[in-house]
Amino acid sequence: MSTMVQAIRLALHVGEERHGVTDVFGQDVGPPLGGVFTATQGLRTAWNTPLDERGIIGTAIGLALAGQRPVAEIQFCDYAFNCIDLLKLAGGMHWSSNGMWTLPMVLMTPVGSGIHGSIYHSHSFDATATRIPGWKVVMPATPRDAYGLLLSAIRDPNPVMFLAPKALLRQKAPAGEDVPGVPDDRTLSKLIDAPLGDRSSWCPRWPDTPDLLVPLGVAKTVRQGRDVTLVTYGRMVAIAVTAAEELVSEGVETEVIDLRSLMPYDWPAIASSVRRTGRVLFVNEDTEVTNFGEHLLRRTVEELFYELLAPPKLLAGAHLPGIGLAESLERVSVPQRDGIVSALRALARHEP
Amino acid sequence: MTAEGTLAKDSLAPALLVQMHDCMLRARLLDERLIRMQKQGDGYFWVGGPGEEAFNVPLGLLLHKGEGLAYDFLHFHYRSTATLLAMGMPPIDTIRQMKNTSTDPFSGGRNFVGHYAVKHWNVVPVSSPIEVQFVMALGTALAQRRAGGHGITIVVGGDAGTAEGDFASCLIWSSRPGAELPVLMIVTNNGFGISTAASTQHSEKRISDRAAPFGIEARTIDGNDPEISYRELSQAMHYVRTERRPFLLEANVSRLYGHSSSSGANFIEDEVDALTQFETRLVAQGLRTREQLETMRHAIERELLDATKQVRNEPGPEGPSAFDHVFAGQLP
Repeated sequence: MSTMVQAIRLALHVGEERHGVTDVFGQDVGPPLGGVFTATQGLRTAWNTPLDERGIIGTAIGLALAGQRPVAEIQFCDYAFNCIDLLKLAGGMHWSSNGMWTLPMVLMTPVGSGIHGSIYHSHSFDATATRIPGWKVVMPATPRDAYGLLLSAIRDPNPVMFLAPKALLRQKAPAGEDVPGVPDDRTLSKLIDAPLGDRSSWCPRWPDTPDLLVPLGVAKTVRQGRDVTLVTYGRMVAIAVTAAEELVSEGVETEVIDLRSLMPYDWPAIASSVRRTGRVLFVNEDTEVTNFGEHLLRRTVEELFYELLAPPKLLAGAHLPGIGLAESLERVSVPQRDGIVSALRALARHEP
Repeated sequence: MTAEGTLAKDSLAPALLVQMHDCMLRARLLDERLIRMQKQGDGYFWVGGPGEEAFNVPLGLLLHKGEGLAYDFLHFHYRSTATLLAMGMPPIDTIRQMKNTSTDPFSGGRNFVGHYAVKHWNVVPVSSPIEVQFVMALGTALAQRRAGGHGITIVVGGDAGTAEGDFASCLIWSSRPGAELPVLMIVTNNGFGISTAASTQHSEKRISDRAAPFGIEARTIDGNDPEISYRELSQAMHYVRTERRPFLLEANVSRLYGHSSSSGANFIEDEVDALTQFETRLVAQGLRTREQLETMRHAIERELLDATKQVRNEPGPEGPSAFDHVFAGQLP
């Protein structure tokens, strides 16, 4: 059984061996550390860079222009904000050259709260990422999807942002959500986790894992329900499911959709569910003003207005400069299970 | 390691001198035609490189053009028209971009003039934000370091842009111990960032001095002299091609029509004009007569005017084509 960070590492390994990945790089990505979350331990093409985010993104762009297949890491998305213009240029490389140049690069970066990361290790990036045209954006909620989405990202001819919910990186796979072909967790750890202490002579022994390609742009219904639709992604998926379970005793059945891909996103999946339930809640962690969920909500109102039985709702992060370190501060800054339960309940009980 | 460029003694072949002059003249007249087009409403905005021809033309003649890692990867800025002309670009294509027609081969009417993109020559898309090309160059140079051979990365920017962190990134990343990159960094120094004089913002004596702490070879040269530029570029390229290490070349140049059409695009009398200076030399050396120069000028002007008239009849892009090429390949 794998964790999400092991799933990412396995996907990068498969990417190196079978899908042409030439570079996995960023700050502390290469040996000896192999990434601050261990996502890049033991990889053949992993290397360390200067502490320079713009250099990392620029190098990835140049490598992709030169026909390589780079996977660049920004250690925390909080540190990608000084690269917005480079990300815009990357997203526009194909379009601005009228289709002449393509840019097959992957940018992976840990996002979100939930590990007491204080002001500058808790930011979300989905609202920013989805505002940069030309990028595909994915965000897994399980190890299986992390593995399959990352492999699809690597094989895509466009720049793809892989947003990894950092609070999920070390969680073990729920049932049915493991990377196919991995052994039990102790065996897997012995095979691919670098030992503590001196690692200079350590080599990973990779299990044989298949080419699982989770298509970009396809959502997953993780819980079926007739009463309310809940659309979310990343860390909020599991929280949404527990909130949905809590309401079963009140007779409310919630359908939970894990979007998985934010750009392109699976509008047909959202629309068909909302047409059935007439009630929809969007949940994500990013700050609420010009939030990606606002876009989904706007589209819902514009296209599904006469099929709604209740005003659609967005639960997102508070419009604050950061997430405070103390538990009490974080609780009021990003959506919590209680808030999701209340919102679902209100939606379910709303009388048109 | 940094030194003012001095004129090497052996002179270049006469055929090369007249070839360089022909390209310089074409480039100047093309930019002047574009300025006229902008003033006549045949384009929204002009930016270009009049005053940089003596450096940009030798650059275009010397670089190895082609597609893929074996050839030079080219990260230009928006004053590189003379380089493209020297490489063999038909001037009508620049006129097409000026007029934002659908026939503009670089961007299909999407981008400003001078914002080139030529895949079959490794000319990566030129961007309006300055200096970003200095971090992208690291990636192409890294790929070329691995590939070996003689292909190098050439990145060009202006003096004002060196204040951006991306310039420092290029110095640091291109000289990582044991991972040095085959990149020729070029700074065309015209002494201005739009309206702001470099002397009011920069205390470094020479931009090329910034290479020294990194052990990067560097030169500052008179970029208004095509013969000096040719020799120095030739040497710098040879060094990068064979040593597979970075080189910083600072070329002092003029800016003869200001920053862009936004600052009026009027001829500035008190800057050195590399073209007239070179023409005086060619006449003195007996390689050209004044009459020949006049005939050439009129012929090229005629050719460019005809090209402009042709482009006026070419269609603009269809509105809905704005939605083409957001993504490569089919969306799932």
